[in-house]
Amino acid sequence: MNNSPQFLWTPVKALWWRDVIRFLRQRNRIIGALATPLVFWLLVGSGFGPSFHNSASSTNETYLAYFFPGTIVLIMLFTAIFSTISVIEDRREGFLQGALVAPLSPATIPLGKFLGGTTLAVLQAILFCLLAPLAHIPIGFGQALLLLPAFILVGFCMTGLGFLVAWPMDSTQGFHAIMNIFLMPLWMMSGALFPMPVGSGWLYWVGLLNPVSYSVSAIRDALMIGTPLVPLSDYLFSLLITALFGAVTFGVSYYLVAHPKKKT
Amino acid sequence: MHPSSDIAISICDLTKKFGDRRALDHLTLSVKRGELFCMLGPNGGGKSTLFRILSTLMQPDHGEAEILGHNVVSEAAAVRARIGVVFQAPSLDGKLTIRENLLCGGAMYGLRGKELKQRLRDAVSVVQLEERLNDRVETLSGGLQRRTEIAKCLLIRPEVLLLDEPSTGLDPAARLDLWAALENLRRDRGVTALCTTHLMDEAARADRVGIMSAGQLVALGTPSELTSVLGGDVLSLTTRHGADQLAQKINQHHEIVATVVEGEVRIEHPQAHELAARLAAQFSDEITAVRVARPTLEDVFVARTGRLFAEQEHE
Repeated sequence: MNNSPQFLWTPVKALWWRDVIRFLRQRNRIIGALATPLVFWLLVGSGFGPSFHNSASSTNETYLAYFFPGTIVLIMLFTAIFSTISVIEDRREGFLQGALVAPLSPATIPLGKFLGGTTLAVLQAILFCLLAPLAHIPIGFGQALLLLPAFILVGFCMTGLGFLVAWPMDSTQGFHAIMNIFLMPLWMMSGALFPMPVGSGWLYWVGLLNPVSYSVSAIRDALMIGTPLVPLSDYLFSLLITALFGAVTFGVSYYLVAHPKKKT
Repeated sequence: MHPSSDIAISICDLTKKFGDRRALDHLTLSVKRGELFCMLGPNGGGKSTLFRILSTLMQPDHGEAEILGHNVVSEAAAVRARIGVVFQAPSLDGKLTIRENLLCGGAMYGLRGKELKQRLRDAVSVVQLEERLNDRVETLSGGLQRRTEIAKCLLIRPEVLLLDEPSTGLDPAARLDLWAALENLRRDRGVTALCTTHLMDEAARADRVGIMSAGQLVALGTPSELTSVLGGDVLSLTTRHGADQLAQKINQHHEIVATVVEGEVRIEHPQAHELAARLAAQFSDEITAVRVARPTLEDVFVARTGRLFAEQEHE
């Protein structure tokens, strides 16, 4: 038995396929990951709508439209969390136990998981985009062309965040705690929910250094291309930072899998 | 050790601590190629720690373990390519069917295409799951899940099988099937199997048995060797009043050792039958029942640790 790339690819494909099949067979997961952000979008969007004014934008966009990209990122984050949280139990008493004693490269499990999570997140994001007309957001061929790479990279990053939190965890309770004190604030401080201040102040720096900001911008830029406000270079820059962040989460995941804690 | 030696599993001075507790305490042991070896012990006795170290999931604090000449820590990849692992909680995906679980499991070993399908057919025929291939694992009984887990393991044609409490959740008939399958594998393919268990009757079917308690090996040998060293049969007396008083009286009047285990007086003796008759006559007003039995592995455990198996399990 060898570790040739072909041998790496066969198990990666199997893990990837397994994640997609599992997801499709649990309809409550599909609905759960979509419904919460959707309700959030409609309620918060409608409530804040009348009092919303985005000083950074010269167009008169509604709050529903402003909040749309952030909701997509939230849907992707939720989908990724559902897909990665299973790792915690799966590797103690589930399918992953078998993968851990197989002669696999340490890249296999993260790669299979990242690709699976990304696929699911992209599918969910596309589903949500069907609601764009409700917020008067036109999605034409151009937007779709720009959205797809953004979705793939953002899905990869969100799965990466989920994997990094889940892999070292002993319990799903621990995951929920981290989700509430780390993942959700990361999303809230990304310009998803409200425009981050420009120029100075701690919020500005949080937004600037928060990798999720670039996920939201990449999607927002993709939707807004064509308006004079957003040049293509902004979109490409957000995409680049998102890609770099994805690479970092994958690198760290690889390291965690390759160097298991001595205790476990 | 050379890979072609007749030792399949070699464990030397293996120690693992969790805080102050020693889960493994300088354990040394070897298992021969083609041997069915059972590690018997109460839960918490260190078996699972040993299992996790051998299956490369955990590193020891001290000492070494080799499988087919490969070190489980420094040559984990070589070990993984040669072992098949049957986990206590099956490593199956409940949302997938038996067939999908096996295909995915085989893919972890780089198997695919025709080769994988052929091996899948072979493996399911060993455990007789042909009719259930399209059933989702979450809908199967514990016994069928266990058989699926074993099929998944057979698929990769391992040289050494590690099984952690494989009978968990199996009814007696399924347990017999499992052991028949293991014996066939040993006969047909020379597979070595190391199996942890807390079931005496299961251990009694192995070629050799190791008994573990508090991380140490307290007995090692074939089941008959182990029971024969007890020096005879085991006599158990049920008493009307107190077992302790009767044991004291017996110890005073005879040159034998009577102990009290679970409210019964217990004596190991080469001529247990004759002794039973004598004691029954002498203490007729106190003894309500007399039982003489061949010693079991449980008796060996009691003799070596001074405690009942179940008592230690509840600690």
